[in-house]
Amino acid sequence: MLRIVLAEDSVLLREGLVGLMERFGHRVVAAVGSADELTEAVAAHGPDIVVTDVRMPPGFSDEGLRAAIALRRCRPGLPILVLSQYIQRSYAEDLLDSSDGTGVGYLLKERIGHVEEFVDAVHRVAEGGTVVDPEVVRQLIRHRRDPLARLTAREQEVLALMAEGKSNASIAAAMVVSEGTVSKHFGSILTKLDLSLDDTTNRRVLAVLAYLRGRPGVDTA
Amino acid sequence: MHPPTIWTRLHLRRYVRSGWPWRAALYLLSSAVLGLITLLTLVLLAVAGSVLTVVVVGLPLLLVLVLTGVPLASVERSRLRLIDSEPLTDPHREPDRTGLTAWLRTRLQERATWRELGYAVLFGFLLWPLEALVVGSVLLVCGGLLATPVMLAVDGEEARVLKMWIVDSWPGALSAALAGLLLMPVLAYPLGAIAAGRAALTRFLLASPTGELNSKIKELGRSRVRLVDAFEAERRRIERDLHDGAQQRLVALSMTLGLARLDAADGPLGPLLAKAQDEAATALVEIRELIRGIHPQVLTDRGLVAAVEDLADRSTIPVDVDLDLPVRPAEAIETAVYFAVSEALANVAKHSGASRAVVRGGLENGQLAVEVEDDGHGGADTGRGTGLQGVADRVSVLDGRLLVSSPPGGPTLFRLLVPCSTP
Repeated sequence: MLRIVLAEDSVLLREGLVGLMERFGHRVVAAVGSADELTEAVAAHGPDIVVTDVRMPPGFSDEGLRAAIALRRCRPGLPILVLSQYIQRSYAEDLLDSSDGTGVGYLLKERIGHVEEFVDAVHRVAEGGTVVDPEVVRQLIRHRRDPLARLTAREQEVLALMAEGKSNASIAAAMVVSEGTVSKHFGSILTKLDLSLDDTTNRRVLAVLAYLRGRPGVDTA
Repeated sequence: MHPPTIWTRLHLRRYVRSGWPWRAALYLLSSAVLGLITLLTLVLLAVAGSVLTVVVVGLPLLLVLVLTGVPLASVERSRLRLIDSEPLTDPHREPDRTGLTAWLRTRLQERATWRELGYAVLFGFLLWPLEALVVGSVLLVCGGLLATPVMLAVDGEEARVLKMWIVDSWPGALSAALAGLLLMPVLAYPLGAIAAGRAALTRFLLASPTGELNSKIKELGRSRVRLVDAFEAERRRIERDLHDGAQQRLVALSMTLGLARLDAADGPLGPLLAKAQDEAATALVEIRELIRGIHPQVLTDRGLVAAVEDLADRSTIPVDVDLDLPVRPAEAIETAVYFAVSEALANVAKHSGASRAVVRGGLENGQLAVEVEDDGHGGADTGRGTGLQGVADRVSVLDGRLLVSSPPGGPTLFRLLVPCSTP
């Protein structure tokens, strides 16, 4: 069971999300409607994960996202899943930049509809995974030329699925190939992105980050 | 072609036979009537106002006195049409708001109001008696001579011509009448000349001076800016309504459908629910694109550079972005430049045949300069199509310029220059 703090200014959606989470056996310890309340609720409840909207009162700009990044600064590693209506690289980048990009997610709100996948994404973020919406990834694939231009279409597909936080097994299932093939593609991606093959735990995340920022060789230290 | 005035008519041979001498006479005669009314109004208001000031009610009367020139000038402008067909424009501004107070404030602040008051005083105390004298003498001399036979007939024995000579015979009376008849065309000339001079004076005193014209131009410019601002505010309102309304509801709908699918996974409703959810997802994608076209959120949140990078991300051809803005420009500038770049990139993608493009820019001598260049085949034209013209219009509201260089064979270069003061 996850203890969740939820921030969403639309009452309709907030109630819906609370119901959804409870149905899957999680507990929403606080459901709030503004960025300030979000900060207070996290301080008061110390949740396992924060799920927040981007646009919230008082300014109806990117308060939710900024509050989330500020929370990560105070509590490194606090898992945060941001729900957005926008396919926006700069939003996703800011989030991924906050304390090494683990335990964060950036999903379009319409993913909530795919209930099981959504709850799965919440789990992966809570466990320190990185989840980036496939739409955001797709947009980046199309236009990040260097170093991604060097990747084959197949490798780009693997990277995109990886950015969504999927395991090799589920990537293999999605692409209808063997798990071995996925590993082979992954190895070649790491080589092409100049990521060292030593046993850093987060090579997958680093590959995704490299890719989102459009530059190779993210510092692995 | 110059519109006819009495001054140009005076040079024509058929002047005497035309209606113009009569128009001149009517103009001067009506002057006398109007002048008398003006004089009485001014004197009455001044006296009553001054006396009653002691009991406060005099103050509004004095205010009315100040404004006497306004209706008078309006009558004068239309009366001028009698002998001068070029209309005099009204120099007064429309008040910003409705209501008497706003009207009064506007009028009292205008130079035209005070010029018109000056005109009223000049007219009431000096001009109209002179005009009455002129037109009166002409009518009296001609009329008196012409009426001699009639007076003789009425009296039976003698008639006094112009109160000076005594005529007691029919030949004498008839020759006096003949003299009157011959005098008429001769006097028509000074009459016309005096009326023309008077009209010129009116025109000089009541025409809107260039200052008023300039302020009108400024006001026009300001109203154009207000229009664009209102348009922008409306875009934002629509964007907000869509975001807070339709978009959230569709997400909630999709979520409900998702939950329903959990329960009906293997039942007969499963495929239908899946289809419904797909429809909702498609609608969400469409609304998202619609909202982005109306007003992109990233522009408000992150400013021009992030928004242009976002445009580049979405372009169907590769676009490099090299924008350097140390501070965010004013919102109106950001929006105008964003939509200009958006239009330019859409043109590049649609018409240029380019394989890549670059957006670069920054601040140069207090101007925001942004360029969009492609390697296409050129031939873009601001005159053709509404897109580029719209961009040029929008930028010109901010005193900016859009320059397009697109020789056949390419490349095409859009250059936007918008004045941009940095704090």
